[in-house]
Amino acid sequence: MNELTEISANITDYLAEQENKGFLRFITCGSVDDGKSTLIGRLLFDTKLIFEDQLAALERDSKKHGTLGDDIDFALLVDGLEAEREQGITIDVAYRFFATDKRKFIVADTPGHEQYTRNMATGASTADLAVILIDARKGVLTQTRRHSFIVSLLGIRHVVVAVNKMDLVDYSEERFREIEQAYRAFGETFDFETLEIVPVSALKGDNIMERSPVMPWYQGKSLLDHLNTVEIGSDEAERPFRMPVQWVNRPNLDFRGYCGTVVSGTVRPGDKVVIAKSGRATEISRIVSMDGDLDEAVSGDSITLLLKDEVDISRGDVICASDSRAEVADQFSAHLIWMSDEALYPGRPYLLKTGTQTVTATVTELKHKIDVNSFEHLAAKEMHLNEVAFCNLSLSSPIAFDPYETNREMGSFILIDRFTNQTVGAGVIWYALRRASNIHLQALDVDKTAHADLKGQKPAVLWFTGLSGAGKSTIANLVEKKLHARGRHTYLLDGDNVRHGLNRDLGFTEADRVENIRRVGEVAKLFVDAGLITLVSFISPFRAERQMARNLVADDEFIEIYVSTPLSVAEERDPKGLYRKARDGQLKNFTGIDSPYEEPENAQLVLDTVGNDADVLADQVIRYLEDNGYIGR
Amino acid sequence: MPQRRSHLERLEAESIRIIREVAAEMKKPVMLYSIGKDSSVMLHLARKAFYPAPPPFPLMHVDTTWKFREMIEFRDRMAAEAGMELIVHTNLQGKADNINPFDHGSSYYTQVMKTDALKQALDMHKFDAAFGGARRDEEKSRAKERIFSFRTATHAWDPKNQRPELWSIYNTRVKAGESIRVFPLSNWTELDIWQYILAENIPIVPLYFADHRPVVERDGTIIMVDDERMPLKDGESPQMRLVRFRTLGCYPLTGAVESGASTLEEIVEEMLIARTSERSGRMIDHDDSASMEKKKREGYF
Ligand SMILES: Nc1nc2c(ncn2[C@@H]2O[C@H](COP(=O)(O)OP(=O)(O)OP(=O)(O)O)[C@@H](O)[C@H]2O)c(=O)[nH]1
Ligand SMILES: [Mg+2]
Repeated sequence: MNELTEISANITDYLAEQENKGFLRFITCGSVDDGKSTLIGRLLFDTKLIFEDQLAALERDSKKHGTLGDDIDFALLVDGLEAEREQGITIDVAYRFFATDKRKFIVADTPGHEQYTRNMATGASTADLAVILIDARKGVLTQTRRHSFIVSLLGIRHVVVAVNKMDLVDYSEERFREIEQAYRAFGETFDFETLEIVPVSALKGDNIMERSPVMPWYQGKSLLDHLNTVEIGSDEAERPFRMPVQWVNRPNLDFRGYCGTVVSGTVRPGDKVVIAKSGRATEISRIVSMDGDLDEAVSGDSITLLLKDEVDISRGDVICASDSRAEVADQFSAHLIWMSDEALYPGRPYLLKTGTQTVTATVTELKHKIDVNSFEHLAAKEMHLNEVAFCNLSLSSPIAFDPYETNREMGSFILIDRFTNQTVGAGVIWYALRRASNIHLQALDVDKTAHADLKGQKPAVLWFTGLSGAGKSTIANLVEKKLHARGRHTYLLDGDNVRHGLNRDLGFTEADRVENIRRVGEVAKLFVDAGLITLVSFISPFRAERQMARNLVADDEFIEIYVSTPLSVAEERDPKGLYRKARDGQLKNFTGIDSPYEEPENAQLVLDTVGNDADVLADQVIRYLEDNGYIGR
Repeated sequence: MPQRRSHLERLEAESIRIIREVAAEMKKPVMLYSIGKDSSVMLHLARKAFYPAPPPFPLMHVDTTWKFREMIEFRDRMAAEAGMELIVHTNLQGKADNINPFDHGSSYYTQVMKTDALKQALDMHKFDAAFGGARRDEEKSRAKERIFSFRTATHAWDPKNQRPELWSIYNTRVKAGESIRVFPLSNWTELDIWQYILAENIPIVPLYFADHRPVVERDGTIIMVDDERMPLKDGESPQMRLVRFRTLGCYPLTGAVESGASTLEEIVEEMLIARTSERSGRMIDHDDSASMEKKKREGYF
């Protein structure tokens, strides 16, 4: 709109010009109240993107919610949620668009509050440049360091530090230099490709659009001038070709198109390609589009490829340049940002989504957490909300990837909680662990089937779960006796017994409980391999761990048996006097009292112990085994 | 860095990627089709995403019974051309009770005939994902919304507790009854939409172009008298004026602008000079600045 007069002259030329403008995605970040939203509001206002009706609304809002008396509060242009306006803070990212005569911008205004770090990371993940604000009065704060670290971790290579509220320090050059020095002192370690430091007043508009006469000592570019001209990074189109297959298009028998977005490189008909996981090689025959076949597609394009040969490809496969393939691995090291109120424990399974692939993943080892203030490495057993750690992950099946450093799209992933479906973590992959490829599983000649055949039974895990005192051990014991009497080969793993030996080193914290179950799951797996009907009697209060144990064996080898007893009944029985101790506070983290029990949602069997004899319930288990072919009648 | 693709090409590729992800991961998606310019662009993108197959989901229009007649004709024609099933849903109870914008006020009418109707339709068909053509530049609470925006089993949006959405990796997981609203045009601006319509030659409802139409003026808003159901006030009689619409909805709630723009180029030109936002023509958005967020929390698109 600032080019109003030129527009009418020739609208077609004008539009062509619009189309050919450069493009930049950036974020604003930094500590609470440093003026991020005000700065964005100011940019929108100064680039004339605010309509009259919006301005009228802003004036009204400023009177009602503003922090500036009757003056316009630019932050209210951006803080669009009711709760944000009431509290005067930003809670979630706002995506706003503006343009200058040189570039189009998508800017994500992120929250400064530590509590909302995950929303800051959301904004940062797609940005190429970060404007980090610092309040001139306060200088570099912990949050300045945290955001700088996340910005660097997520691969943003260009940073502008805007030292804001210069109006409140009398536009003092001395103060600015102090902060500039303090930032450079630690900012250097991140090795950003460009790092500019600009003194501004978002409120007054100084050094935003153009250089302000109130700070004649500053000789650098204005903020917008820098955003207009900064040269951003390398050319994705020059990198090796990668296209994760998103959708297979089969309108009829003669057409099989592979749809996806090119995440790096360039592709042309005739190019030789390889399917990352299977290693199958073929050639591109056509690039189909509604506007006719294409000669070429580059990074960022969403396309449909036809291949020369009939190869087995489905969603989750990655089509790669044949002379430069993606890596394939099921174990790797990564940085992880944790985004859930519930802590992460090594060993607990989550869903991992990267590109178009989704697999089950567990953190096998937390190498260290990172202190966001000192950047020191700290030992860690678990991860809490907003923490960053370096860790090893192990997957249920291999994925195709590239290190994040070389390919942002191929090296990033999110973790999803399998029960709440929340996005609980985000990670960037560094490298595959060679361990996976070097320790090949030893193929054994006497295998599971051989073991089981000799015993004339179908091995399985009978997993008894329930509250302490529910009757798990009693029933499991009876079941084992009945099986033994029939000449079946069994073994019973009991919680208390295992804790005296194998798991002697574990306590009752959530992390230790996870590890407790992981080990028992692994032992049960070995016993199943040996052909045994393995009975496991463990409280195992968390769904996630029972799922983890289930995942270790084949689908039909895991029978979850919920020994269902109301807490009040179990507490009354109290065979070991533990409930009384827990109530007295002598026993911490006791399931049902001060630690939760998550009831199974899809147990194969539910045994209701109230009003039912243990022997009858044991028979119910035997009948299940007969009916489902685990043992003969 | 050489930027090899224009802004529109980038936007198009991003939207197609989003649309395909929904088709690949959701059990039963539907595309909400409101017949306006944004819906026209969204439908066009869906066709491109799956070409040569038709898009693998139906279109759905929530018909309040107060749409412009020209919109309904256009809707049926476009669905047929795309080879897609068209589901039309009306809140029958609301219709039986004759809920209308004149007697019941715009806000109650919108609640019953749009929001409730939409929820009914989504529940009835058990859709677990619904595409909408909303853009972040339309309104400041929209600017805060994710591209994949989770809804509870009662269709509620919790703006303070949105799922983090990093890179282009979308969490599409829902439990039974829950759903996701998906906005493939999140990053488009009004100018982008018009430029794309121009570049791709996308058909739009003729009401966007200036013509002589019968209108009355109420409190400064120009309302088209589209059919005889519109009650005229004493001394009010429709005048023929050269007008067009920047946005389309229910005719009694959609203000026209005086304009002679009869080609796409002229529309774009007019838009560039405009000093008010397109929403200023929508009567339901005037209420107050928090009204859109409130409606969205309750399930409005
Ligand atoms: N004097 C002065 N005040 C400013 C300036 N920039 C911002 N402010 C004020 O600082 C306060 C916080 O501004 P916001 O823009 O909301 O800060 P923010 O960084 O977006 O805050 P969060 O998003 O909640 O972290 C408001 O009262 C602003 O008016 C400035 O340059 N000078
Ligand atoms: Mg803010």
